[in-house]
Amino acid sequence: MSPWTFILEHRGEILSATLDHVTLVVIAMMIAILIGVPLGMLIVQRPTLRTIALGLASIFQTIPSLALFGFLIPIPFIGGIGKRTAIVALVLYALLPILRNTFVGLTGIDPAVLESAEAMGMTRSQILFRVRFPLALAVILAGIRTATIITIGVATIAAAIGAGGLGGFIFRGVALVSDALILAGAIPAALLALFADFLLGLLERRLRIS
Amino acid sequence: MEMNTKIVSSAGNLIEFRDVAFHINDILARMIVSGISLEIPQGETLVLLGRSGSGKTTLLKLINGLLLPSKGEVLVQDRPTADWDPIRLRRGIGYVIQEAGLFPHFTVAENVALVPTLENWDAPRTAARVQEMLHLVGLDPREFARRRPRELSGGQRQRVGVARALAADPPILLMDEPFGALDPVTRAELQREFCALARRLGKTIVFVTHDLREAMLLASRIVLLQAGRIVASATPGEFLRLDHPEVRAFTSSLSVSPGLPA
Repeated sequence: MSPWTFILEHRGEILSATLDHVTLVVIAMMIAILIGVPLGMLIVQRPTLRTIALGLASIFQTIPSLALFGFLIPIPFIGGIGKRTAIVALVLYALLPILRNTFVGLTGIDPAVLESAEAMGMTRSQILFRVRFPLALAVILAGIRTATIITIGVATIAAAIGAGGLGGFIFRGVALVSDALILAGAIPAALLALFADFLLGLLERRLRIS
Repeated sequence: MEMNTKIVSSAGNLIEFRDVAFHINDILARMIVSGISLEIPQGETLVLLGRSGSGKTTLLKLINGLLLPSKGEVLVQDRPTADWDPIRLRRGIGYVIQEAGLFPHFTVAENVALVPTLENWDAPRTAARVQEMLHLVGLDPREFARRRPRELSGGQRQRVGVARALAADPPILLMDEPFGALDPVTRAELQREFCALARRLGKTIVFVTHDLREAMLLASRIVLLQAGRIVASATPGEFLRLDHPEVRAFTSSLSVSPGLPA
């Protein structure tokens, strides 16, 4: 059977796996943004916390994804088999690009702008929320975009711990040596990544100033 | 004007340096400026002249509390800058720097409205003030109010910078080589206009430059700095006749320029 006929015949199943996949990615990304952006803002003024946070996030990033899923299974509350563990792992992966871009965006602002903001009598929090943050938004979004692409890819591996999603087809395909099955998981995952990249890229360009 | 009621003109000096030194707090404790005593009365346009690294900008930042003296004290309205709430102090002092430092994500109007907005002026009053300020610096609000800084020329950006600094009507204006990055023609144009503006507004201005000609044009008094110390203080008329090596270094830089009468 050609991969295309297989994909057509199983389109219902593929669609529901795609929706599972998207759900996984969206939940993980929302949590990662809610942690990463405020943490990135916090570490601008705190060098010690900065070293620890960026260091930890980098370590998570270097652990192979399959191993990270494995590590999490025996941990109580956040571990075990299923979606919850998968989301925890995805959040850990997505954290570094968001955290780093938030920090870089907030600190990479024209010193003349920051100096005049301070000299005009803006308070520290006014400078953060009215100057630094709006000017950093495009860079922060670029981090979110990178993290989203990574998460869509890594989420296929989450199927290994029973989290569902498009990875299910890929693992079954590898086990059965079936190209059709592998492609039924890989093609929608690739399309999802391209689509997310395009959409977020569009948003990023609209936010970029000068 | 909430700001002006607070900053009542005293008969004395608006700004005063009392034996001020500033050094960076590192192992070497490098002196940036030392032994600075300086009185700046109301309405004066004081030009701090000196080579790069002579400490001009440091003196400016000591006035608005961006830096605090390591020794001695800087008084603004008879009160040491260390005792001022830095936010209150700075909102009463206009500040213009070389790159203008306009907010790129704000329109021209929003940039000019910055301090009035921070001071919670109501919208109609702020809007009227923005119009007035843009007219004052020679920019037609209908043409420029909605533009972003990147849509302006260097000279226009500096004009907006001046308008922003004056918007809340501060009694003191600090300017750090505001025309330094402009082409000579635009610079001369802005210097002339600014000179007239400064006289009309009666602000107390501290102006930093390394250009003697600019100092001669704008100053009611020139203070010359060398390696962090004041080496001369004189009116523009007297300044050229002073017999100090650093003064001569500056005046000779004037006379070698071709086309200028010796």
